[in-house]
Amino acid sequence: MMGRAGICKDGVIAEIEKKITEAFEVFDRDGNENVDVREIGSIVRSLGCFPTEAELHELLAKVEEEEPTGYVHLEKFLPVMTKILLDRSYRPIPEDVLLHAFEALDEKKSGYITKEELVKHMTEEGEPFTEEEMEEMLSSALDPETNAVHYRDYISMMIVDETDDLPQ
Amino acid sequence: MGSGSSVNANYKYSLQKSENAFKAAVLIQRWYRRYVARLEMRRRCTWRIFQSIEYACEQDQIKLHNFFSYLMDNFTPSSSKERDFISRMFISGESFKEAELEKYCDYESLEVPDSYTGPRLSFPLLPDHATALLEAFKQKQQLHARYVLNLLHETRKHLKQLPNISHVSTCYSEEVTVCGDLHGQLDDLFLIFYKNGLPSPSKSYVFNGDFVDRGKQSLEILIILFTFLLIYPKEVHLNRGNHEDHMVNLRYGFTKEVMQKYKLHGKKILKMIQNVFCWLPLATMIDQKVLVIHGGVSDTTDLDMLEKIQRNKFISVLRGKKRKESNRNVEVKEINGESQAEPDSAGNETMSSLPSQPRPAQAPSMTNRVEFSRWVRQTVQEQIEWCRKLVDISDSEEEELTCSSLVSLTDLDGPCWTRQEEWKQILDILWSDPMPQEGCRENTVRGGGCYFGPDVTGNILEKYNLQFLIRSHECKQEGYEFCHNRKVLTIFSASNYYEIGSNRGAYVKLGPDLVPHFVQYQANKTAHTLTMTQRISRVEESAFRALREKLFAHTSALISAFKLYDKDNTGKITLSNWATAVESVLRLGLPWRMLRPQLVRSTADGMLEYKSWLDDLAMEQRSQEHIQSSLLEVIYRNRSNLETIFRIIDRDHSGLISFEEFHQTWKLFSSHMNIELTDDGINDLVRSIDFNKDGNIDFNEFLEAFRLVKQSQ
Repeated sequence: MMGRAGICKDGVIAEIEKKITEAFEVFDRDGNENVDVREIGSIVRSLGCFPTEAELHELLAKVEEEEPTGYVHLEKFLPVMTKILLDRSYRPIPEDVLLHAFEALDEKKSGYITKEELVKHMTEEGEPFTEEEMEEMLSSALDPETNAVHYRDYISMMIVDETDDLPQ
Repeated sequence: MGSGSSVNANYKYSLQKSENAFKAAVLIQRWYRRYVARLEMRRRCTWRIFQSIEYACEQDQIKLHNFFSYLMDNFTPSSSKERDFISRMFISGESFKEAELEKYCDYESLEVPDSYTGPRLSFPLLPDHATALLEAFKQKQQLHARYVLNLLHETRKHLKQLPNISHVSTCYSEEVTVCGDLHGQLDDLFLIFYKNGLPSPSKSYVFNGDFVDRGKQSLEILIILFTFLLIYPKEVHLNRGNHEDHMVNLRYGFTKEVMQKYKLHGKKILKMIQNVFCWLPLATMIDQKVLVIHGGVSDTTDLDMLEKIQRNKFISVLRGKKRKESNRNVEVKEINGESQAEPDSAGNETMSSLPSQPRPAQAPSMTNRVEFSRWVRQTVQEQIEWCRKLVDISDSEEEELTCSSLVSLTDLDGPCWTRQEEWKQILDILWSDPMPQEGCRENTVRGGGCYFGPDVTGNILEKYNLQFLIRSHECKQEGYEFCHNRKVLTIFSASNYYEIGSNRGAYVKLGPDLVPHFVQYQANKTAHTLTMTQRISRVEESAFRALREKLFAHTSALISAFKLYDKDNTGKITLSNWATAVESVLRLGLPWRMLRPQLVRSTADGMLEYKSWLDDLAMEQRSQEHIQSSLLEVIYRNRSNLETIFRIIDRDHSGLISFEEFHQTWKLFSSHMNIELTDDGINDLVRSIDFNKDGNIDFNEFLEAFRLVKQSQ
């Protein structure tokens, strides 16, 4: 059935599969439908998902070869990822939830977190956060004049870049 | 002292607090990692866009070749005028006899006025001259034409003594520095010298080709490199790249740059440069263990042959070798039919009749691009050689050749090679790219050379007892990249090649242990102070601008493609169909669904109103009034090709072509492109373009008419 609302379920699945394949191919260096296993996280996340590292490892277990080659094949990845998108697993984090998270770390409720506090929380708590990730986060989050992260500003700066472009 | 329950409460409270903090941290990390992944995706998509557009441009070069060969095959000149016209397209690269060259490119008669404040060169050059030049170029000064020509003469004299393959040894000057493509980006060369030091008896350099084109200071780079070459001949080594070729320069900006900087003597300078480029060595060998070539290798690469061929015969590698014609007074009846050649009075060995026009088997249909390309490349050389035989071409300085291009050349003490084979050796060295898959196949994207696999690399290394290859030719994000299990190193020295922030440049240093050490850089201060997000956004913006321009240029074809999905004529299509349709028209192999948010801003219920989307694109291009006819779109889309063709026709580089010439060009071009246009139609077009009504078309007028000239020129 044609028309504005008339996309049938098959159409949705086909479109999702195309989207996943495209994202996969961007990271497929050799054009042979394989990507380095370390890129799977980026692919999954760029498709609009927010898994934790632990959830990502679970996913990897499903898509890796029986004898890990260091590569993941599109053939295995596609059905797993399609299900994830259809089920809307690893749901996105709404802005207000994110704000509450930052506020939870801001004991004094001052509207900002100092550099030291942020580093402490990111590296000592939560999941393992590499030094490189920390540095990169600081480079865009830190206000050089106050040496602190004004998280409201930080959030609005980052959220602007988000566009949810999954088929509804 | 508190009650037990309040201690418990405190404990519970702080436990909950740290639990919350933990959860909060995890949440933030999750969100942050997603953000970084999106950035990475954007960065890669941007890179893909630039590369696909760049390679699509290089494919245009194939089209140009197709055009010329199509010309030869199907266009019957109806008058001697037209015949001359075609032949001129091929003669523009004629090489002169030594004496003629000296005379034509004479510099001694050029007076340098007292008012000239730039560097004055005297020969033999000294290190002071080099530093003076560097300083002058930093101050944006220009070297007087006299010194440019003088330098080029001396460079040519020097290069003539060099073998095809230079040899460098790390035992003399502890370290060798290898630099890749510079493409006219003088700031990068300055940065390299700043970080690594100038060439000197204790500092060897190898510059691996592609010094010119694209960037705006190609000539300055050449001057500096040639100067150092002459001052330190043992330590400075230059390899020829595929851009050290006047046919390529016509298209990619070097020719234009020289003519703009040297309005009076530019032509001479270009002529000299042509005769310098062909004398550049083809490869450099470090310690007999590392081979440095610009492009790559193929499964037929033969270093022994490469060492022995006369490299200077290949003025332009694209057009195949330039042959001397011994028949000066050939009577030509028709270009397309068989012709009889009469031996000239000098009694040189000639064939009593020229071979009839070599006709290959039936050309494959043009719809199969890959096949057609291959067919073209095989036949275009034969066609061109044959054509050149028939029209009067002046002598070159090389020895006489009387046979057709496919007959072998007898070497005194070596094997027989055909011209064709020699040409292929050079083409492969200069134009090939590595690929991950095994094997060796034609590089149809670039139109020359091969794609070579790790097995080809392995064979070459084994055959000549080498450790690895160093090549350039491809832009790499980090300035360098290994492939083929670290047996092939790509080194690329032009930073910010596509756009500010797009990539780093790099150079590699090798000591006696031949272990590579890399130094990376980026020649723009702004790039450093930007955050990763900002850098990516900037490059991304530029890529999407280029992409939108390409979309606009295909408006008509896109509308047709969209209509296929809109049978009910609602004016709307789904976003999914949009992606499929766009790829079918543009054929860039891009991830359109990932790119869509940047290209399509507004949708109604997941459907796109395509006409208004295209109108928005057009408004951006600021030439809305010209989008109606598909003819103009074709011109817009092919403007690079047209520009190149115009430049070839405009032999004196005056920037002017006559109505007649324009008419001819357009007729040839449109018959190739299958555009119907009557003579009247062409005349109207021509007259409407001649803004100052002086009977000549300044082709800048032409380009401007379609808003093709970049304002920055």
